[in-house]
Amino acid sequence: MQLIAEDLVIDRGSRRVIDGLSFAVKAGEALLLTGANGVGKTTLLRTLAGYIRPFRGHIRLDGGDAELTVGEQAHVVGHTNAIKSSLSVAENAAFWNAYLDAGESAAPRTEAALRHFGLEDLSDFPAAYLSAGQKRRLGLARLLVARRPLWLLDEPTSSLDTASSERLVAAVNEHTQSGGLAVIATHLPLALERVRTLNLAAQRVAA
Amino acid sequence: MRLAIREGGAIGTALGFFLVVVSLMPLGLGPDLNLLARIAAGILWIALLLAALLSLNRIFEADYEDGTLDVLATGPLPLELVTVAKSLAHWITTGIPLAIMAPVLGILLNLDLAAYPVLVATTLLGTPAVSFLGAIGAALTMKTRRGGLLLAVIVLPLYVPTLIFGISAVAAGAGPSGFGASFLILAAISLTTIVLGPLAAAAALKVQLQ
Repeated sequence: MQLIAEDLVIDRGSRRVIDGLSFAVKAGEALLLTGANGVGKTTLLRTLAGYIRPFRGHIRLDGGDAELTVGEQAHVVGHTNAIKSSLSVAENAAFWNAYLDAGESAAPRTEAALRHFGLEDLSDFPAAYLSAGQKRRLGLARLLVARRPLWLLDEPTSSLDTASSERLVAAVNEHTQSGGLAVIATHLPLALERVRTLNLAAQRVAA
Repeated sequence: MRLAIREGGAIGTALGFFLVVVSLMPLGLGPDLNLLARIAAGILWIALLLAALLSLNRIFEADYEDGTLDVLATGPLPLELVTVAKSLAHWITTGIPLAIMAPVLGILLNLDLAAYPVLVATTLLGTPAVSFLGAIGAALTMKTRRGGLLLAVIVLPLYVPTLIFGISAVAAGAGPSGFGASFLILAAISLTTIVLGPLAAAAALKVQLQ
C-alpha cells in the first residue's frame, strides 16, 4: 500500500500555500511534516483527508480499497478532538467504534484503545470534566478504536505530557510495524521508527 | 450523533418560546374570542416556525466546533445520510414536541374544537419540512459567528409554502369538506424536502469544511 501525492497545488483564500508538491509514503512508513507556522501543514493534511479540493494534482492510495476515497480510509485527528462533552469517555469511544468500524469486536477494541492511552479509570467519567490533555488522549484513542490504514495527525502531541507522547509514539510505531501509514504534522521531534521528514518550508524554496 | 439528543436544553427553550409567543397574542389583540378563533391556526403555525428556528443552528454548529463533523465526513456514511440523521433527530426532539404542544396552546386562542385533530395532523406533517429545510440553512451558516439571524433570513422564506398549506389545511379540515387538497400538498412538500434537503445540506457542508 502506498499513499501518493502528485504535483499538488493548493490555494487557501487566494494565496498559493502549496505549489507543485509530490511525495509518496510507503506501507510501514511515517512521514513527518515540519515547517514554521502557516507553511501549510494543516492545509496539506486536510487536503489529504479530502476536505479541501486541491487546485491541481492527485492524491491516491495505491493498494487501498478502490471503492473508498482516501479520506474514508484515514483517521484524521486535527486540532479538535471530536468529543461530545455530555457523554462519558467510554460512550464517546463506543460511538466512534460503532460509527467507524461497523461493529467488529467492538467492546474489547474500545477498552484496549482507552487502556493504551491510560483512560481506563476515567471511562465512566463525563467527558466535559476532562483536562485538555485527557481530551486529546481520548481524541487519539479514536485511532485505535477502529482500524484504518492511514493516519493523518495534526500536532498530535499538543497539550500531552511526556508519558502520553511516548504512548502516542508507541501507537504510531505499532501501526507502521503492521503495515500502516502515517502522516504527522509536528514541531517536536518524535522518537518514531521508519520515519522520513518532509520540510514544507524547504519545499517552497526548492519550488 | 443521535445520542446528542441527550443534550436537552434547546428543546425546553423552543417549547417555552412557543408558549410565550402564543400567550402574548391574546394580550396584544384583546379578548375578542371570534377574532382569536379565526386567526388561531395562523398564530400557532407562525409561532411554531419561529420556535423551531431557535434550535436549528444547533444541528451542525456544535459538531463543527468540536470537530465531530470532520470525523463524520471521513466515516463510512455519506454526508447526505449524516444530514438525514441529524435532521431526523432535530424533528424528533423539536418538531414532535412542538406539534404535540400546539393543540394545548390552541385552547389559549379559542381554537375551534373540530380543528384540533387537523391541527395535530398538519403540524406533525409539516414539521419534517421545517427540520429538513432548516438543515440547509444550518449547514450554510454553521461557520458564521452568531449566524442565528442570518439563518432566519435564509430559512424563513423557504418556509412560506409550508406555512401557507399548513394553515389552509387546518382551515379546510375544520370545514365540512374534511382534509382537502392542501393537506396532500403539505405532505408532498414534506416528502420533497426530506429527499432534497439532505442533498443541499450535504453540498453546503462540503463547501464549509474546506
